[in-house]
Parts: sequence; structure tokens; C-alpha cells
Amino acid sequence: MASAANSGLKPKHQRLVLLVIALVVLIAAALLAIWALRNQASYFYVPSEIVADPPSPDRAVRLGGMVEAGSLRTEPDGVTIAFVVQDGEAQVPVRFSGIVPSLFVEGSGVVAEGKMRADGTFVADNLLAKHDENYVPREMQNMTEKQAKQVVAETQ
Amino acid sequence: MIAEFGLAALWLAAALAAFQLIAGSLALTERGEGLAGAVRPVAVVQGLLTAIAFVALILVFARTDLSVKLVAMNSHSMKPLIFKIAGAWGNHEGSMLLWVTVMSLAGGFVALVERRLPERTMLATLAGQAFVSLGFYAFLLISSNPFERLDPVPAEGNGLNPLLQDLGLAFHPPTLYLGYVGLSVAFSFAIGALITREVGPAFARAMRPWVLAAWIFLTLGITAGSYWAYYELGWGGWWFWDPVENASLMPWLAATALLHSASVLAARNALRAWTVMLGVVAFSMSMIGTFLVRSGILTSVHAFAVDPERGSFILVLLAIYIGGALTLFGLRAATVTEGERFAPVSREGALVINNVALCAILGIVLFGTLYPLVTEAFDTKVSVGPPYFNPMGAVFFVPMLLVLMVGPLLRWRRDSLARVRPAIIAAGLAILAAVIAVLLVGGVGVLPFIGLVLAVGLAVASVMPLRGRNLRRTPLAVWGMVLAHLGIAVALFGMASESAFSVERLVALREGESATVGPWTVRLDAVEPVAGPNWTALEARMTARYKDGGGSMLLPQARSFWAPPQQTTESALKTRWNGQLYTVLGGESPGQTGPGRWQVRLWWKPFVTLIWYGGLLIGLGGVLALIGRTASDIRRVIARDKIAYRRERQNR
Repeated sequence: MASAANSGLKPKHQRLVLLVIALVVLIAAALLAIWALRNQASYFYVPSEIVADPPSPDRAVRLGGMVEAGSLRTEPDGVTIAFVVQDGEAQVPVRFSGIVPSLFVEGSGVVAEGKMRADGTFVADNLLAKHDENYVPREMQNMTEKQAKQVVAETQ
Repeated sequence: MIAEFGLAALWLAAALAAFQLIAGSLALTERGEGLAGAVRPVAVVQGLLTAIAFVALILVFARTDLSVKLVAMNSHSMKPLIFKIAGAWGNHEGSMLLWVTVMSLAGGFVALVERRLPERTMLATLAGQAFVSLGFYAFLLISSNPFERLDPVPAEGNGLNPLLQDLGLAFHPPTLYLGYVGLSVAFSFAIGALITREVGPAFARAMRPWVLAAWIFLTLGITAGSYWAYYELGWGGWWFWDPVENASLMPWLAATALLHSASVLAARNALRAWTVMLGVVAFSMSMIGTFLVRSGILTSVHAFAVDPERGSFILVLLAIYIGGALTLFGLRAATVTEGERFAPVSREGALVINNVALCAILGIVLFGTLYPLVTEAFDTKVSVGPPYFNPMGAVFFVPMLLVLMVGPLLRWRRDSLARVRPAIIAAGLAILAAVIAVLLVGGVGVLPFIGLVLAVGLAVASVMPLRGRNLRRTPLAVWGMVLAHLGIAVALFGMASESAFSVERLVALREGESATVGPWTVRLDAVEPVAGPNWTALEARMTARYKDGGGSMLLPQARSFWAPPQQTTESALKTRWNGQLYTVLGGESPGQTGPGRWQVRLWWKPFVTLIWYGGLLIGLGGVLALIGRTASDIRRVIARDKIAYRRERQNR
């Protein structure tokens, strides 16, 4: 192709070649992205879903819900915490080693990133607490008014 | 009173924008030529009016006028003055006003100084700028009025999210906005050139400084934002692939591509349609970013408002502008004639690869950002993170870096790799040395390994264009290019090193106990309460020793703000030339007998600071290029005026 371009390729053809190259690369990028997204995206669960249909233990997922009041404990090493996340229907025990986000308190919304172990414990490697009072985890928004009230009542 | 004054200025500015659009469009026709003279002054006045409105908002915030709803919702009389002022744009309405202000000031500035293009193209450009502004005025005035009054007046305001009460916030959003909205100028230029069919080197030369300026602000804004997230969030990370970060990265990628394709168009009159297309894409990315952030469709630190009405409003604006521009492009692209030819091995060829790779990365980031929204429509909630972005980005980033090592050395039009062989060998040797060095250290993952090695090679290759030049007579633009490319290498080295060599330690310490992290020994001396203007905190006194060196004091805090009630962690950093020690104080470890233990998180991050030094270098490179180009343009204009003046005198 190099020699072709050097030896009298018409401008129109060069333009076409460039266009084809750009399109091919961009389509390749798009296909690659779609393929990778199917494999890499981590799925979002609320407690009732994760209990009903647990993901495989090697898959990174997110678990969002409310931290149940009175469930927060600290392990003897001083840096591992255990608590229960619930959505009004099901409860999931969660373990997390690390400094909890500053906004993480019992009764608040939390999103835990990690893996669901076969024994039913969720091991989080990251916790995302709500950032301010205007922020509610999105799965909480989708709950019906009644469910939300119930959760709030339970967790206060 | 001030609030009403600001609102009036805003309405006036919107009216002027409408007039600017109509006058600019009519002036392109034969009958409306008389209106041509009005367009530029109107654009300038419109810019001044929005500036007045913005100053009015800042005044309202500085005085904490709680009868203004926005102030009551987002400010508090006890806040330090600097954060009161910064709070003016730390919320949805204020930041949209900042957006509009920057947009119309940029338009006014273009109207004031830009004389290089045919007047018809300028009229079309200014009409385009007014057209874009008008939509955002409508958005601001109809669905997010920043000056709305509140009755009854509350006794105290809600305060500002403490995470945002940081000096970084005072400068990070305005810098980014200058970049985002600066790209609107490129967008308008592209529209103007399409309408008047003036796509050529003159168009590229006129557009380049504006793109360059916007790109500099974007670069610095992203760098500053990344450092802010790093030290303020206390998570030890510097980039989270958060949708809002992506929203700032996507325009940067498009602007970088545009910058390079514009230089091909300016120097060689090639890549014409492509450059116009990128001009449209770059600002479209800014608008998509705004849509993502402002619509509340995504939840993140930055998403201030969750309001579906606003979301649909921005979506309609997006559809009008992007759809309209692409339609115009589709109609006129066929009339943009083919540019000059070039061989695959040439400066143009290398820049085409740069452009295609940047666009591919842009596509990857865009897909990853939008994918969760799409799946949500089918009731599956997903989140996309580093396991997707890092390797997928690298697929295109790595070849681009390889081309970047030789591209700047190639000649325009046609060249051979044999001519640049010494440079290739030098870069190759550097890469080889880096491979051996990293293998000796060992235990480095694939991506960090590639990053480290390529960073070393690129650092060597990036200064090669200076070889054999008289350094004192090298044009500023070349220095700018070299510095920016070197900055990429420096930042890449920092990123790869941080990811390859970081050591993390999480411990619970009693006062007087020590922990080691990497080469550091950190002793917790005491934890004491301290107080600030609107917060109280627990402050840990730590002594850190690097190997056997002297101790230095670190004071990380866990802060509690009371308006609004919220807690933040203030990390404490100890910077050495070869990296940073990062300390965070967590809570008191409960349920223990005897003296309490404190959760402490420590990181040793070798060469992490290079990430931001690299970003600054890239920005500095842009500044040098901008100065160099503008200075030579001004010299050219002066010379032309002189010639014209002499001719006039001779004729007389």
C-alpha cells in the first residue's frame, strides 16, 4: 500500500483510503468496547436480588442498600468491620477491611463493591457511602414510596 | 436588589444573543448586509452583560443574602469568605451561569480580536456562537434561574458540601469550564466555515489558538481535579473513571485530536473535512459531559441536582446542536474538496494515526460511560470501572505512543524511516534499558510494565526534535510540542509507577505504636481534637521516618462539619523527590479495653507526583505554543498593515 500511495494515488482515492482506515479502527474500537463491556461490567444488586440469585464468587459486583441499625461491629484487628445491608426484604452480611467512608453510618445508604462468597457473606473491597443528603443510592429511588418509608422506619 | 440586577443583565444578554443570531444570519444575505457592522459590538456587549450577571451572583454569595434561594440552599453565614465566593459556582444554577458567562465572554473576545478570517465567515461564526449560547440562556432562565428569591427568608443557609470546601474547588471548575466552553468557539468556527465554504489553511490557523487555549485550560483543569480527588477524598487514588471525570476527559481527547489535525490543515491543507468534523465533535463532547453531569442521570460527587426536567431540557439542546451541526456537516462535507496528498510515512501520516487512535480511545471512554445508562433502560444495573477502561484504552494508547516517538521527527508530505534511524535507535535503547531495569525489580503487572517502559522510551524520543537545532533560535511552538510530549511521558511514568510500586498498609494503632509501609516507619504520637472556622476535627500527630532519616511530622485529620453535618478525611502527605507518603486517619476502633486504637491507612506511592508534574508540563507546552503562534501571527498582521500603509502612501 505504501508504494501505491507514493505512486500517483489520486487525492480522491487517498481520501477514501483514509476514511476506510478511520472507519475500520473506530468500528473495531466499538466492537472491542461492546465485547469488553459484556465481560467487565460489574452488575448492581440490591439485597433481595443477591439473595434470590447469587452471582458466582469470582465475579465483581456491587451491592446497594441501607445499613441496618445496630448491625455494625468491628473485628479484633481494629480495621475490619462487619454489618448488614438490607432493602426491606432481605439482609446480606457484609465484611469490609479499611477505613470506612466518612459518611458511612448505620441507617444510611451504602454501595459495596466486592464479591459474594459462597457462604452468603459479601466481602467488600470498597464502600461508597452517600455523598450528601441529596444523594440516595439509585436503587433506593426505584423503591416504592411505601418500601422506602419502611426502610427508613426500620433503620432509624 | 443585586439579584434582580443580575437577572436583568442576564435577560438583556439573552435578547442580545437572539439579535446577534438574527443579524449575523441576515448579514450573510445581500439585503441584510447593513447589519454586518452590528454583530461584533453586540457580541462584546453580550459578553460584558453575562459577566455583570456573574459578578452579581458572586456578590450575593459573598454577602450571604439568604433571600436568594440559591444562597440559602448552598451557603452559610459561618463559611470562610473564599468558600462563600467559590460556593457561587459549587451548585447547579451557579455553574450553569458560569458556563454561559464563559461562553459569551469567549464569543465577545473572538468578536473583538479575531481579524484573520473573511468577514462573512466571522459573521457566520458569531451567529453560530449566539445560536449555541441562546439555548443555554433559555436553559438558565427557564429551568434553573440562579437569582430566584425565597419567601420567607430563612434564618440560616444549608451550607456547602464540605468535600467541596477546599481551595482546589475555587479554581478547578472555572478552569475546566474555560476549556469546555472554549471549545464552543471551535464549534462555531467549524459551523461558520461550513456555511461559507471556507474550509482551508486560513480557517485552521484562525481556529488553532482558540482550540489551543481551551485545551490548555482543559489540561490544567483535569490535572488539578485529579490532584483534588487524590488528596481530598482520602482514597489514595487519583483517577476513578467516574463518569464526571470521563466527561472532562472526552472533550480533552477530542480537543487533542483537533489540535493535531488543525496543524495538518494549517501547514499542508489536508484533512479538511476531518478537522471540521472534530471541531463539531469536541464541543459536542463538552455538551454530552454537561448533560451527564447536570441531568442527574448519574450519581456522583459532582451531580448536584437530580431533576428530570433539567435532564430532558439539556437532552433537547444536545439533540438540536449536535444533530444540527452533523446535518450541516453531512450537507456540506461533499463540497469540501479533497486536501493535498501525502505518503503513509510522513508527518501527516503520523498525525492521522494520532487522530484515529485518540478518536478510538474517545469512543471506548464514551461507550463505557454510556453503557450503564443503556443497560439500565433494559432494567439491568451495571457499573463499569478500571478493568474495562485501562486495558481497552491501552489497546489504542500504546500504538499511538509508539508513533508519537517518531512522528514529530518526520517531514511533511513524504519521508523515510531510515532518515530518523538514530532517533529510533536511541528510543529503542532506552526502552531496552527500561525493560531490563523493570524486570530486575520484578513483580510488575502487564499494563504498568508497558507504561513504565514506553514512558522511558517516549521521554528520550520526545526531546529528539531539538537535536541538531540551535536551541536559542528554535521556535517557541517547537519547544511547546517537545514539552507537551515530554509531559505525556512524565505523567505516564507517574501513573505506571503508582500502579506498579504502591504499598498500602491498614492498621489500628495505639498512641505510641508504629507501623511500617515501604521504606517508611510511621509512629502515631497522639490524637487530639482541633477546631476550624466551621468544623471540628480529630487530628493525629504522626512522625514518619524514611529509612534511617530524620522524622517529619504529619497531621492527618478526620473533620466534622456542622453545616451541613458531614465528615471528611483530610489526608496528610509527605512528598519526597521519589514519591509521596499518604496518611489517612480513620475512626477510633471501638470495642476495645484499655487505651483506644485508631484506624490508620498509609500508602507509599513512588513517583506519584510525576502524574501532575506531567500534566503541568503538557499545559506549559500548550502555553509556549500559544505564545509562539500568536506572536508570529501578530508580527504577520503588523507587517501586512505596514505594507498596506506604504502602498497607500505611494499611490498618493
